[in-house]
Amino acid sequence: MSDFFPGSTDADTFDAGLPSLASTERITDASNPRGLLGDAWYGLRRTWYFWISLVLIVFIAAITIFPQFFADKETTSSLTGGCQLMDSLMPPSSTHWFGTDQLGCDVYSLTIYGARPSVITAIIATIATVSIGALIGIIAGYYGGWLDSLLSRITDVFFGLPVLLGGIVILTALGSPGLWGVIFVLVVLGWVGTARMVRSTTIEAKSQDFVLAARALGASNLRIMRRHILPNAMGPAIVVAVISLGGFVGAEATFSYLGLGIQPPEFSWGSIISDAQSVFFTAPWTLFFPALFLTVTVLAFILMGDAVRDALDPKLRK
Amino acid sequence: MASDDMSGAQAPVVSVRDLVKHYPIERGIIFRKRVGTVHAVDGVTFDLMPGQTLAIVGESGCGKSTVGRLLVGLEQPTSGSVTVAGTDLSTLNARELLATRRDLQIILQDPYTSLDPRMTVGAIIGEPFEIHPEAIPAGKDAKGAVRDLMARVGLNPEFINRYPHQFSGGQRQRIGIARALALNPHVIIADEPVSALDVSIQAQVMNLLMDLRDELGLSYVFISHDLAVVRQIADTIAVMYLGQIVEYGDAEQIYEHPQHPYTAALLSAVPVADPVVQRSRTRIPLSGDLPSPADPPSGCRFRTRCFQAQAKCAEVMPELVASGDKHVVACHFPLEAVTSV
Repeated sequence: MSDFFPGSTDADTFDAGLPSLASTERITDASNPRGLLGDAWYGLRRTWYFWISLVLIVFIAAITIFPQFFADKETTSSLTGGCQLMDSLMPPSSTHWFGTDQLGCDVYSLTIYGARPSVITAIIATIATVSIGALIGIIAGYYGGWLDSLLSRITDVFFGLPVLLGGIVILTALGSPGLWGVIFVLVVLGWVGTARMVRSTTIEAKSQDFVLAARALGASNLRIMRRHILPNAMGPAIVVAVISLGGFVGAEATFSYLGLGIQPPEFSWGSIISDAQSVFFTAPWTLFFPALFLTVTVLAFILMGDAVRDALDPKLRK
Repeated sequence: MASDDMSGAQAPVVSVRDLVKHYPIERGIIFRKRVGTVHAVDGVTFDLMPGQTLAIVGESGCGKSTVGRLLVGLEQPTSGSVTVAGTDLSTLNARELLATRRDLQIILQDPYTSLDPRMTVGAIIGEPFEIHPEAIPAGKDAKGAVRDLMARVGLNPEFINRYPHQFSGGQRQRIGIARALALNPHVIIADEPVSALDVSIQAQVMNLLMDLRDELGLSYVFISHDLAVVRQIADTIAVMYLGQIVEYGDAEQIYEHPQHPYTAALLSAVPVADPVVQRSRTRIPLSGDLPSPADPPSGCRFRTRCFQAQAKCAEVMPELVASGDKHVVACHFPLEAVTSV
């Protein structure tokens, strides 16, 4: 082994000639190596809707993590005396930017504090669905055969269940157990899409020569899945995850609107909209502002998902 | 066959005996039944001597790549044996097989798909050391060993943190070669290592392979369809057709005096750089397509495309018979006249 690397390398073993010389120069010129994430970032940087969605998502993150910097929790509850019935259904003004609701609570404060349950539900549901979906998809796609048939049929069964109807049935049967119930429903009914997608990208990745090369080195199945399949199969799943964050915010609002999600005295955008619908024609602002925040949040995640997909897809890169 | 007339004093590093790989063709969704067999490799026998290069040549679909994959254990043979340094691979358990695999490494054809695009060059070349930590040279860490390997194959070790897509095709193939060298193997299976590269780069990679063979005492099984490339590197040539070796022997003899009509036809298609010679040569055209390996012709498999096939060829399968020193051929009517090359 000591004579494994004697002396220096001959200069002529480097690629010479015009075509490779040009590429060598390109490499030496770049002071910092740019990996695939670097390429993705390069693509993202030049997409206008990436910046719009980023600004929106930073804002949503801020009101989710630090609502107290934006609004006063006092003014969202009649229990603490923050809401006065005499202020009921006031239009937007300098004291109540978004007006007040029936109980005289400040709609602006409700909207700001209503973000956290929605966003946290969506994040937990997304992490869980992507993890479960990726695990099942990779196992099915990598091993194939009867295991794939079994897992794919199970996936098909869940794919056939409509999320809204299935969710209403499950949550009603469980007696409206609150946000954890909503998360449970979203995970049980939501992992299917990721599983299918990861399965197909796994099948694509495992037929690549670099998997063959790893097997020739004696790599175990676990190692191949972890080091080679997972990183190459997860790109599309990440895009779906970002988009489904928006979808889950909407789903949480839907279940809370139906009274199956968050339970009083807690509130989220969905329950605020639900409370507002009866007074919509006399006080449209009670519905308009929380609905606007909800829509913008969903839109921001979908835009971000689109931007990430475009950036990760080398065929769309200019 | 080959060991008798070519072994001399040395024992072969790799011995292949009657290697067969059949792929079943199956129909049906629930009850799968076998409706046919693809004869990918059908009774291949050869020896690889230390420090020598055996070239397996033939058209696409002749089974040469399958032989390479059988050698490194990516496929399991239907029957026959592969013996590495005196040990029959089929007698080994999984752990012993993993250890023996260190001795046989493969360089794959396409440098664009054979490197994981999400890994740095350092991680790609270092992966063998993660799987076989005992292969890291004494007194070095894995990163140092990777840098040595990069320098050895003519890559700047400074590029250790770059990604495959930042390299040219020739440089990528060097990365693949470095990965194959990491475990200090005795035998390298090179599966069309230069056919995906520009002609100008091919020669450099070939030179690198030959330098490495001489410096490290490697033996190569060099799989290629390009006889011009093979000529630079091969000591021994095995010509394959539809899963069988039809001619086998010393490279010089085969190039100068091909005896099988198929070999002669392949050689006549190789261009010669001298225009005077090139114009005076007669090309032997091959008629028709390669027959399906699921339904090979009776008798001699080459007879459907052979320019001198006779009735006997359809009835009796020709055996490999010695035809002069260091040369065997499977043909009822081997070429007597010396074909100009």
